[in-house]
Parts: sequence; C-alpha cells; structure tokens
Amino acid sequence: MLLIRCPYCQEERPEIEFSYAGEAHIARPLNPDDLSDESWAEYLFIRSNRRGLHYERWLHAHGCAQFFNALRDTVSDKFETTYKIGEARPQVKK
Amino acid sequence: MTINRKETHGRINRDKPIKFSFDGKIYSAFDGDSLASALLANGIHLVARSFKYHRPRGFLSAGSEEPNALVTFDRGQGRVTSNVRATTLEIFDGLVAYSQNNWPSLKFDIGAINDFFYMLFPAGFYNKTFMWPKSFWDKVYEPAIRKMAGLGPAPIDEDADKYASLYSHCETLIVGSGPAGIAAALSACEKPGRVILIDEQNEFGGSLLSTPNLTINAIPAWQWLKNSLAILKGRQNVTLLARTTVIGYYHDNFLGAVERITDHEKDINQNKARECLHRIRAGEVILATGAIERPLVFPNNDRPGVMLASAARSYLNRYGVVVGEKIALFTCHDSGYEVIFDLADAGISIACIMDVRDQVSDNIIAATKTRGLEIRTSTIVTNTSGKFRISSLHASRINDEKITSTEEIICDCLLMCGGWTPSVHLFSHSKGSLKWQENLGAYIPDTPNENTISIGACNGTFGLTDIMTEADSGQSKYTVDDMDFGSGIIAATFPTKSDPAKIKAFVDYQNDVTEKDINLAVREGLKSIEHVKRYTTTGMATDQGKTSNLNALQITAHAVAKPVQQVGLTTFRPPFTPTTFGALLGGKDGDTFHVTRKTPIDGWADDNGAIFEPVALWRRARYFPREGEDMLAAVNRECRATRESLGIFDASTLGKIEVVGPDAAEFMNRMYTNPWMMLKSGSCRYGLMLGEDGYIMDDGVIGRMAEDRFHVTTTTGGAPRVFRMMEDYRQTEWPELDVWLTSTTEQWAVIALNGPNARKLLEPFVEGIDLNPESFPHMAVREGRICGVETRLFRVSFSGELGFEINVPAHYGRALWEVLFKAGQQYDITPYGTETMHVLRAEKGFIIVGQDTDGTVSPMDAGMSWAIGKKKKDFVGKRSLNRSDIVAKGRKQLVGLLTDDPNIVLEEGAQIVADPNQPIPMDMIGHVTSSYWSATLNRSIALAMIKDGRALTDSDIYIPMADQTHKVRVSTPIFYDPMGERLNVL
Ligand SMILES: [Zn+2]
Repeated sequence: MLLIRCPYCQEERPEIEFSYAGEAHIARPLNPDDLSDESWAEYLFIRSNRRGLHYERWLHAHGCAQFFNALRDTVSDKFETTYKIGEARPQVKK
Repeated sequence: MTINRKETHGRINRDKPIKFSFDGKIYSAFDGDSLASALLANGIHLVARSFKYHRPRGFLSAGSEEPNALVTFDRGQGRVTSNVRATTLEIFDGLVAYSQNNWPSLKFDIGAINDFFYMLFPAGFYNKTFMWPKSFWDKVYEPAIRKMAGLGPAPIDEDADKYASLYSHCETLIVGSGPAGIAAALSACEKPGRVILIDEQNEFGGSLLSTPNLTINAIPAWQWLKNSLAILKGRQNVTLLARTTVIGYYHDNFLGAVERITDHEKDINQNKARECLHRIRAGEVILATGAIERPLVFPNNDRPGVMLASAARSYLNRYGVVVGEKIALFTCHDSGYEVIFDLADAGISIACIMDVRDQVSDNIIAATKTRGLEIRTSTIVTNTSGKFRISSLHASRINDEKITSTEEIICDCLLMCGGWTPSVHLFSHSKGSLKWQENLGAYIPDTPNENTISIGACNGTFGLTDIMTEADSGQSKYTVDDMDFGSGIIAATFPTKSDPAKIKAFVDYQNDVTEKDINLAVREGLKSIEHVKRYTTTGMATDQGKTSNLNALQITAHAVAKPVQQVGLTTFRPPFTPTTFGALLGGKDGDTFHVTRKTPIDGWADDNGAIFEPVALWRRARYFPREGEDMLAAVNRECRATRESLGIFDASTLGKIEVVGPDAAEFMNRMYTNPWMMLKSGSCRYGLMLGEDGYIMDDGVIGRMAEDRFHVTTTTGGAPRVFRMMEDYRQTEWPELDVWLTSTTEQWAVIALNGPNARKLLEPFVEGIDLNPESFPHMAVREGRICGVETRLFRVSFSGELGFEINVPAHYGRALWEVLFKAGQQYDITPYGTETMHVLRAEKGFIIVGQDTDGTVSPMDAGMSWAIGKKKKDFVGKRSLNRSDIVAKGRKQLVGLLTDDPNIVLEEGAQIVADPNQPIPMDMIGHVTSSYWSATLNRSIALAMIKDGRALTDSDIYIPMADQTHKVRVSTPIFYDPMGERLNVL
C-alpha cells in the first residue's frame, strides 16, 4: 500500500484514502461542437498508457476531497511528486 | 516411550510431559515439542499420503518449508484447520491431529493404487485428459479428482474463533531472528527509533536454536541468545513478535504479518483473538529470513525417513530427538557434514556418507576421520527401499557421469543436503530485483525497490562469521567460533541405470512432480519455467515450492540445455505461508464484513415485518408481507392500495447533493442535459445526466430552492459517483465557477406519499405551504414545516399517482413516518417497498438507470430526447450525441412489451428474436430489461431494449425460452394513464 502526499493536505497518507482518476493534463475542449468526430474521440478515449513516468490524477477521496495531479512511475508504482490542479507539470528528471 | 530421545540434547521442557493424539492414538511428548518432533520421538515417520500418487510420506524438514507432513488440527467444532504443517504446529497437552488424504487409513490407503498406475498421471495429465466433453467436468472428472487427490477436508462449520487486526509503525522492522536478525536488532535498539523484531517460530533464535555448539564472543550460542533477548526485552523501543509470519511485503515498506495467538494454548479462551493481522509501516526493513536447504532429486527420494540434513540437526539439537539409528548422508555441499558430526558426536550410528563430489576439503576429511567415519566421494544414491520407512539405499559410484558400481546399504534414515536457497520471497514481493549467484546455484537480492536491506543467509551470506559481520554493518563486534561454512556444487540431475520412464525422483513433494514430468514438459515444447510450472504444477502447491523451485529450475535448464538465468524465474507471491481467511479479515466478518447503510426509518420497517434487499450499500425494505402472503401477493396488494387510496414509501436512500453559489444554475446547466437557467425558484425538473460519451449515467428530480441553490437528487446507487463527477468538473474543468457542492444524502429523511388521498393526509400537518393544486402544482417544491419540523416538500410522482416527497432532517424521519402512518389509517395507508415502487414506475414507463440502461444507452435510445435542452451550447456528453455511431440506425431503443398470453411474466434479461424459426444461433435483436405482474392492469408488462424498437410498435416479436417460445407484442412503454390525469386528483 503506497504512501501518497496530498498537495492540499501537505501530508503523506495511505493509499486507501485515495482513488485513481485517470491520466492528467487532458483538458476538456472549450468548444466541443467545433471538434471533428476524430478529435472528440481522441479526447474521449485515447490515453498514453505509458510504461514509466506517467502524469495522472488522484482524488483524496477520504480526506480533503480534492483532485490533484501526480507524476508516478507505472513500473515501480512509485510517486515522483504530486502537485495541485492548475500548477505546471513538473519536468521528468533524467 | 522415549526411545528416540537424547537426554543430553534439546531445549524441550522435560519437567512438563504432555499427552497428545494423532489419528486417534495417544502419545507422550514434552512442552516445547512440535507435532513433528513429538511424533518422531515416538518413532513415527509415516504421517501423510502424497497428493497424486498417495505415496507414504514422512517429514522432509523441521520448518515452515515442509511439503509432506500436512495434518488436520482439531480443536473442536468450528476449530478444525486442515493442511497444517506438523513441523510448525506447537504441541500442548491434549492436542488432537489427524493425517489426511488417505482412506481408509494411513497404512492401508486405497488411493495408493495411483502409484502403480503412475503412467496414467504424466505431466499435463489434467490439461490433456479432462478437456472433453465439457459436461463430463462437473459430473465425472471434478468429483473424482476431488475424492482421489487432494489435501485435507475444508471445514464445514462456521469458524468459532475471533480474529483481530492492528496497525503498527516503526523505524526499523527486522524479519527473522536468527543470528543476523538478533545482531541487527541489538544495533537498531541503540538508536532512538521504534524497532519491531518478528519471527515465525514460537522461539526467537532461528538457526541458533539448532546450533548450540557455536560460540559468539566466547559465549555458547544459547546463552548469547538468552542474553541478547534480555537486552531487547529491556528496551522500551523494541517490540518482539514471535509466532508471527510476515506474509507479504508491499509498497512503501508496508508489510502484513499474522500473529498466531492461541493455537498453542491448551485451553480455549473465548476472549482472546486466535490470530492478529498486523499491518506494519516501517521506515527501514531488514530482512534476515535465512535460507532453506535443498533436497536432492534421486529415485524414490520421498520415502519416510528421507529428510533434509538440517532437519535432523534441528530435531537432535532443539528437540532432543534422534531421527534414526543408522543414518546415511547424501550431500553435494560441505554443510551436510556439520550435521553428520553433530549426530556422530551424540553417539548415533552413521550408515554412510556419500558425496557427489570427487574431492572434499582436507579439513572435512580430517574431521570425518577423527570420528571414525569415511566419505564415499563420487557417490550418489540411485534408489531406496522400505515400505513405510526407508530400510536401505543403493549407493552408486560414478565416473564421468556413468555408474560404475552399486552397493546396497542398510539405513533407517537418509539425510539430503543439496545446498541452500536464500529466502528471497519477501524481498521479491517488494519488487526488488534478483541476481543469479552461480556458486550458490540460487538467486540473491540485487537492487531493492524499497528502503530495505537483506542480511545473512537470505542475502547469500553464509557462515556465522560473515553473517554477524554483515548484520552489524561490518563493525565486526563479534568473534565467532564456527566451522567454515564451506561450499558445494549444484547437483540437480544424476545419472541412472534404470528406465527413465519408470523412475520417480521427486522434485515437488507436495504436488507429486517428478524429474520425469519436467523432462516430459520440455520434450512437449515448454521451454520457459512459467510454462513448465503450469504444465507440471511444480511449485504450485501450498508450499509454493520452497524446497523445489530451484531444483525444478536446474532440471529445466538442463533439459533445454541453457543457462539457468535464461530459463526465467517464477514470481514469488504473498502469502509466504498459507494464511487463514479469519486472519485476513482481521475480525471484520459477519455483519462487519462490509457496511450496511440503514435509513432512519429502517427500524420501523424491521419492526413491521419488512423483507429487505441490498441496494448498493443500503438495505431497503423490498415488501411488507402480511400473514400468509408471498412476495407477489404482497406486491399486488401494495400496488392496488397505492393506486386506489394511499401508499407510504421510504425514499431516504435517494442520493442528495446541495448545489449552491452564484454560478449554481450555470453549473447545473453544464452538468445536466436539461435547461436550468430559466427554472423558477420553487420548481422542480427531472434531470438527466450523461457521461462525456453521451450515455445515460444518472437521473433524478432536482428542485430549485432559490436563485443560487439547488436540491439535487440522484439514484440510490449513483450518489457517490455523481458527486465525484460533479466535483471533478467543478475542481478541474471549471474552477472559475463560484459554486460549491455538499453531499446531503444522510441529512434528509425522505417519505414518499403516493395515491389519491396523499394530499388529504398531508394537509393537516403542514404549516406555511398552501397545498392547493393551483399554488402547489405538480413538479413544485416548497419550504415550510410539517409537524413543527422544517421540511422541503416536493410534489413529484414516481408512481403516476398524486405524490409528495417529504424531506425532513434525518433524525425526525421515523417520528414523522409514525405520525403519518397512524393518521393514514383512515385511508388504509399501506407501506410499500422497492418492489412495488418498481412495478408502479414500470406501469408508467419510467426507467431505472442501471436496470433499463446499461451504460450504452443514449437519451434518444431511451426515448428521452425531450430531456435535452435543444438550445444549450454545451453540457457534459452533448458532443457525443452527434457521434456517428450514436445517431446511426440499428441502435436498441426502449419499448414496452405485452405478452400474447397475459399471464406470462417474462424473465428479465431474456433475449428477443424477430423470427423464432431461424436456425441456431439466432439473431438476437434485444433483451428484456424490466418485467412484472401488474395488478393494476391485471396482466404482465415488460420493458425492453430492441434494435430500432420504436418502429416495431404493434408488431410481434418472440422470446425463445427453454420450455417455450413466447409471442410478444411491442408497445409504448407507458402502460397506464398515458395522459397523466391521475396527477390532477383533488
Ligand atoms: Zn488532501
């Protein structure tokens, strides 16, 4: 069971307090009606499914109830960092 | 009987003799014995029958790696545990255990006939034989296999014991209390952090318990152990957990450990938990889990009396038990000699010493000679004899991989030493990578994935000197008097003169997998160990191959002529040893297994004979049967009463969300398909929510309480995901909207009154709301008081009758219900449950999200285009409603169904066809989603999703069932009062 740092609570808490909420930085198009079927399908269904460092969203469901973003390694499962919604995505350290 | 005891040896308590029973016979033992040592002390080697061939089996080991000696441990009704390893079962006065997998008895077992028909049971036997025909599986194969092969019986009675669980935190967790673990704990306890030391055995000490002759800092091992434990016990920051098995090592140094609290106690104490699941979060984890000795793979290496050399040492030194009177050793590693020397020094007769190697070190030769023994080098065991216990062996000299001569040697015990396998299980659970260590012929830890170190034998470090140095971080605080651990070779396959097809040289004792099986698997084209494992089942028994995996790997590598590293390695998975379900539940069983949510009115329903059903996490009253009524009779009565006069229904489980703020209407406009900006305060609207994919996700009536305030209701099961989805959009997509959301599901109790007399009942109790239809029309909401309590009163109907939903603060729910129920007697008020609610709404064609929809139903499919705000620029899911496949023809649409025979109630889920005479497989055009007997209409009704179904209205379709095919007329889904006139009753 992972320990996850909630950027709002500023605390490391056990994984059971959180739930996963999909890939991060996929903004809902501002004018969906202007999109072609292909672009809308891309927004709806296509995800990077990355092996390695992955930008993703988590919800502190049994805590502050805030969604936040994280950079996490899908191979080791470890969190690199977590950050608030609206903050720039951290660069991947080489 | 103490003939097999050595008075000079052992740490059992000879002042406390005890009696125990095995297979109904009473035996003597001492406090401190394991069941295994106690049976061996009584001269009993035959304790089990093997899984597949029912071969007689004895003890292979003295520890938790034991594959053979599984017994059933019986503490009375509800306390029967099967498949317990006799080697780890602590004995107490009155203990009762039985052997397993034999009938009628251990000595005369009919299943042993399998041993003579072994040609019928090659590798992959189950895969090949039981494939066809499918119907044979349930009736013939499965019961036969269950009877013939298998482990102990599954318990029949409910578990009578209690279980517990605890969360623990520490800076340093040490797993294993052998010399490495103890030394690490002594170092760690000097630091300020909390230390937990865990060991699976009843005593701390690990291998030291079996090696009393060693000295550490010139102190005999057992004295050093005693001193060290005294130090650790005296430290405030140290927790010692014996009888505790770390079963799994998870992310971020989170470990699960099961402590066995009462299984070793004579008397059952109802107030004590039997086992406790410890969930431990550690800063650093020190793994000192030791190593497991490997058997050698030679023909008939499974007779009782054939055991690991280290086991004989434990039985002698720890338990004072002599495992034989003429003991032979077959080894490929120096460590086997330490055992033989201990046995010889105790005065036990040694039959012979056979070493695969052609050379042995001078030290060993000298030490052997001193004891008057000699070593047969380049010698292997090529067979054994003896029915229930080994009586002789064939010692064969080999030269250049060929047998040159064979001699029969009489013995009653044969010790095997095939080298050592570091116990990397936990390290591997934690996703640490392993590396191949050629000289050990084993994998050892490489790169950790957690803050952990492995020390001692589990790290491939052998010999007490090296272990102690590693354990105290190279400070060399310890001086050790220890024989050099030495070295060995890897010897997994041996030459033979016998027909290889007729040899049974066991690799995996518990699953009866032989060397021949592995070779057959390779011949049949399986080259990876993962495939060989599944095909032969090697390593797949409850011991997870603790003694067999490395031999299986070596044999496979040999067969495919590749280095071991290229054959792969199977994954280590928790739990380390078999774990009871009770421990995993940690006390959360029965009513506490999961949450049961109850409404404030649940107690009344319970008192009044309701039959309940689970709906999401709630339990809801399904119907209220009267004397002699079945469900149908009760529901018919409840439906009629509601349509004719008055029904009362507990709707408190409806999800409720308060949406508040200057941008509340804009937020609602974006979340729901319907238009909300122009909805007046005091009005309600049916709201439809889609996912971004355009499919119906939830629905519910929503009231606008004020310009900036909405009272949203959701489906009972959908409340959490609707709230989460709303929060997701609010927080991440539209943070600019000034709106906030509060889940109020449990703040309001909701009582639904439905029926022509609803208003009449309500009127006298309501203050501040004019119930007159002109001022309080259908789909209006008002705030006021009822019986003096604040209320949000909705005029809504999910039944088609005049209806009200009375929201009051939750803790007034039951009191209000009782007032209304009492006053309602003049109208024959009838409480109804979810079943009647379903029938009433189906008569009106109202959908239930999740029953009539399945996550692939658009508003158009459900005939609900009317709920979409046509002029709205955007809402969640809007863009998807124009996707080509959503507007395409041939989609399933919601329709009503009327059976040709009105008495037939269709099965929900039944498939629909256009032509019942077409060949099988038929083209299915849809399915029944809801189906009921309608007392109101005196016939059956159903809802269905059918391809282009609305165009089929008034035509016939067919529903083929096992007994007959039903002819059905497609209709509008609204069966009752299509104009909605019943809402207007005065
Ligand atoms: Zn938080």
